[in-house]
Amino acid sequence: MATAAAASGLAGEMEVEAYRRLFPLAFLERHLGQSIRPDARRLSQVRETTVALGAVSTAHGSALVRLGDTTMIAAVKLEVMSPTAESPDEGSVVVEFHMPPICSPLVRPGRPADAAPVISKALEDVLMSSGMLNLKELCLISGKASWLAYLDIYCLNADGSLFDAALISAVAAFTHLETPLVSVGDDGRVFTVGGNEGKTKFEFVNREKRKLTLGDIPFSLTCALHKDIILADPTSEEESIIETYVTVVVDSSDRIVSIQKLGGSVASMEAIKGCISLAKERRHQLRDVLTNSVEAMEVDQTE
Amino acid sequence: MEDTRRADGRSPNQLRPFSCTGNPLHRAHGSARWAQGDTVVLAAVYGPKPGTRKGENPEKASIEVVWKPKTGQIGRQEKEYEMILKRTLQSICMLTVHPNTTTSVVLQVVGDDGSLLPCAINASCAALTFAGIPLKHLTVAIGCGVMENGTVILDTNTAEEQQLKSFAHLVFPNSRKSVDSKEPKEKDEEFERGLITSVTHGVMSEDDYFNCIERGLAASSRISDFMRKTLQKEASSVDA
Repeated sequence: MATAAAASGLAGEMEVEAYRRLFPLAFLERHLGQSIRPDARRLSQVRETTVALGAVSTAHGSALVRLGDTTMIAAVKLEVMSPTAESPDEGSVVVEFHMPPICSPLVRPGRPADAAPVISKALEDVLMSSGMLNLKELCLISGKASWLAYLDIYCLNADGSLFDAALISAVAAFTHLETPLVSVGDDGRVFTVGGNEGKTKFEFVNREKRKLTLGDIPFSLTCALHKDIILADPTSEEESIIETYVTVVVDSSDRIVSIQKLGGSVASMEAIKGCISLAKERRHQLRDVLTNSVEAMEVDQTE
Repeated sequence: MEDTRRADGRSPNQLRPFSCTGNPLHRAHGSARWAQGDTVVLAAVYGPKPGTRKGENPEKASIEVVWKPKTGQIGRQEKEYEMILKRTLQSICMLTVHPNTTTSVVLQVVGDDGSLLPCAINASCAALTFAGIPLKHLTVAIGCGVMENGTVILDTNTAEEQQLKSFAHLVFPNSRKSVDSKEPKEKDEEFERGLITSVTHGVMSEDDYFNCIERGLAASSRISDFMRKTLQKEASSVDA
């Protein structure tokens, strides 16, 4: 009696999984009809976000971010270089987003992901245009030496909303960043000094390790649009079924840093407005997450 | 309110002179040369060809876009343009008509004087029509910029794009016109036009963004009419 019930239960479960694979759109729509999503989230609910600063000890600034199952690790490394003639008082930032084969079965070593250079460029545009980074802070000696910051973001697990997670990790890595001490050698070259023995031996260009002052921090939210329903923070399963999504990036003064909607079905103005208001709500949540992670790191350091 | 004059003498809502040449390339299945002022893009469509690339859904037709810049190597900017175009064109094509096929769209930038992406999208839409690829509707793309005083200017050129703090490239479906001209005009306007693609650069306020969309929508009916006339002319010259 018990085994028969268990067998029919198993048969019932198998059918659901098969239905999920064979008819993904119908599977999703049956959930949406009840205003819920396959992973039991509400329509406008975002997945749990965690930020851990200082994940890469060899980098000058780093962060590990999890947005549900999507995992990103970002690291900033600074290198001294001579600034360009057009802007002798400014440093520069190079942003690179990588999708190694570990992140998804669709990415293989000979088959790089199409999304990687696009997300790379979008991240660079957003970070520069939002005014979060003041390039003048990256200057050491005007006209001779400045910092070149290499920001590398590696996707460790791709489960939807890649741009959102990448942006949070970039922001967190810059929040964690501390510029190292620097000194000028006999040949006039500027080099970084690590450790404590250097303190007495060298004459320093900058007196102390410094954190960058960040301006308006941008926060983003990707929403999938299906008929009249807005799903916030889609997973990769939802993204593959619903081909229409909008990524809205807002800053702390409610201005729109970027709205990217690439193709998909025609979206009405109400849908776009809905996505913008969801992005604004998300900004408050994300700011709290970032502040908590900074506090957590400071507590760890004093212990 | 003061009438804002732009550097090249245009009014804020004025577009540059458009031109579209149908099928300049004879080997391609369909091609179009779309010019907006000095920005010129040549689009060529080859397809449908049999087979899809690995990773694409074989139950639908797939679109492959190749963007060739005027000078320089292919970098991230070109990859971004390719992805924007691919996703925009995928949304207008009827992909289930020819499953398991690939249609290639090759874009060559001949001249770049601002609003390059909208010009390319218009060129590829025209080229797809000339190639006979089944489409749900046409796309109309327009570049809008926001000046410091909040005025929205349309069809920005390179000098304006470099000066402006923010600009947006918007793509709308073309305006509907009923075949039966006896139907009242109000019915067309009732149909709400939406947004297919939006790519923004620079920070702007929410109101500025929706202003851009409004102005873009208004101008898009002019571009729609131009496209309709060009396509009708080409179709009639083919029959002749």
